[in-house]
Amino acid sequence: MRSPAIETENLAKEYPHGFLHLKRKTSLESLTMQVQNGEVFGLLGPNGAGKSTTIKLLMGIIFPTAGSARMLGKPASDVSMHGDIGYLPEQPYFYDYLTAAEVLDYFARFHGLSAAERGERVQKMLKKVGLETAGRIQLRKYSKGMLQRVGLAQAILHDPKLVILDEPMSGLDPVGRREVRDIILELKKAGRTILFSTHILSDAEVLCDRVGVIAGGKLRGVGSPSSIVDVKTLGMEILFELAEGKRMAGRFLGNATKPGAGFRLSVAENELYAALAELDAAGAKITAVTQIKPTLEDFFMELVSKDRAQATAVEVSGK
Amino acid sequence: MSRVLTVARNAFREAVRDRVLYNLVFFALLMIVAAIVVGQISMDIETVVMISLGLSAISLIGLLIAVFTGVGLVSKEIDKRTLHAVLARPLQRWEFLLGKFAGLVLTLAVNTAAMAAGLFLALLVVKHSLVRSDSVVLVAIYFILLKLMLVVALAMLFSCFTSPLLAILFTGGIYVAGLFVSELRSLQLTNLTAQMQKFFAVISYILPNFGNYDVMGAAAHSRGIAGRLVLYNTLYTLLYCSIVLGAASVIFSRKDLK
Repeated sequence: MRSPAIETENLAKEYPHGFLHLKRKTSLESLTMQVQNGEVFGLLGPNGAGKSTTIKLLMGIIFPTAGSARMLGKPASDVSMHGDIGYLPEQPYFYDYLTAAEVLDYFARFHGLSAAERGERVQKMLKKVGLETAGRIQLRKYSKGMLQRVGLAQAILHDPKLVILDEPMSGLDPVGRREVRDIILELKKAGRTILFSTHILSDAEVLCDRVGVIAGGKLRGVGSPSSIVDVKTLGMEILFELAEGKRMAGRFLGNATKPGAGFRLSVAENELYAALAELDAAGAKITAVTQIKPTLEDFFMELVSKDRAQATAVEVSGK
Repeated sequence: MSRVLTVARNAFREAVRDRVLYNLVFFALLMIVAAIVVGQISMDIETVVMISLGLSAISLIGLLIAVFTGVGLVSKEIDKRTLHAVLARPLQRWEFLLGKFAGLVLTLAVNTAAMAAGLFLALLVVKHSLVRSDSVVLVAIYFILLKLMLVVALAMLFSCFTSPLLAILFTGGIYVAGLFVSELRSLQLTNLTAQMQKFFAVISYILPNFGNYDVMGAAAHSRGIAGRLVLYNTLYTLLYCSIVLGAASVIFSRKDLK
């Protein structure tokens, strides 16, 4: 049986802090998860949740205080498998005295590519991330978004089997975000495994096969974006149009709002037909009826507020 | 090995683009002024003055580059987080350290060679000819380069576990202490306890002996330098650098990067 692309078991990281480094601060607590081959896995969580810590542990940038991690069937400490892994650090920094083409060429050299292959790959990657005209400019003149694009290019330069992206959309404008999404989808189509961290939930909802939610250094749940949240319907939303001058009276009509050109009405699921009957009687034209479900964002906010409430309670009680 | 060379090549390119080699302009100006001033002296000491001045300048400029750039080699990469993308390659941390070391040593070698050329040009202007015995100056320059290699290795070691400022202070301190190793060994410490005498004896052998590299007097007076000393200093430098870089690699390989 093929081993998962990423596998962690009770992975934990504590940092010493305080004047004499005697106190310990937990950044990640007993993380056990798997990312299967060929899937797009999103690591979700607010800032400081432990997403980057997890990724840095996987990439050997920091070392675990407990537990283990394996990637592509090898321990995370074995750098030989880095030849099959692409990594985009959070807020990537590169040698600013080099041009984008030089940076990519420098990284390509570590993968044993010939000069001809390097030249071809570098041009292809610059084009892919929309930097073909800026490839000869030193990185010290690049904007944050352009650096993010260089970061993405160096991550996929050597055609890796596993791509790990730490906040890949950070610093990008809407066009850039769309392009990164397309690149991730393209990689998925090519059978690559992708792990990316984000705190932007819509990105995870659009791209991920599965997500893992991390908050306060703990993994709170893993599953498809829809299964991670409670699927029970919160109510029904009816959008409708009503001719000018019609009376907005009635049990339901009185509660309708007018956010734009049309009207909007939220009702309980068991009251849907009664509401529709009232709207029909009033001569309303129904334009849409949709279920109101909690979004990933709602789930996320609930998680964060619970964490904060718990932290405050601990602080107040002094325990 | 190719990965080490890739890092070394980039470290050299960084030094060139960060204008480290601009110090050569200062050295050239110093040599021009010295040649003009020394040219006015007619007491047969112009060669001695030129060689002493030239070698001192080569040593001092090299030391400044070795300490400040050497400390920055690793700490700057950690601070700016440029290391993250580099270590995501199939590259061991010790390979990265060795590559950085080789890159700076190459920079220092090019820099020292250019300054050596400048010194010989100035000597030619002052003496109007060069003789075979002037080749001793080349040996003195080679020893300066060996000394700089050792300083770079020490600077890298300290920068692996402490702040850049402390690393500069430690490297500078070890360098100054290392100049007096011979004196430390020949000291008559009779008023100290046996343990303290032993302690100082051990320290004198642990400290790098920078005094061994100082042959400025011999070079200035065209006295020959024993081939045995050349071999000894070469082997001593290689062994000491290996130990220091080995220790740096062990520390760096376990270091959590920010």
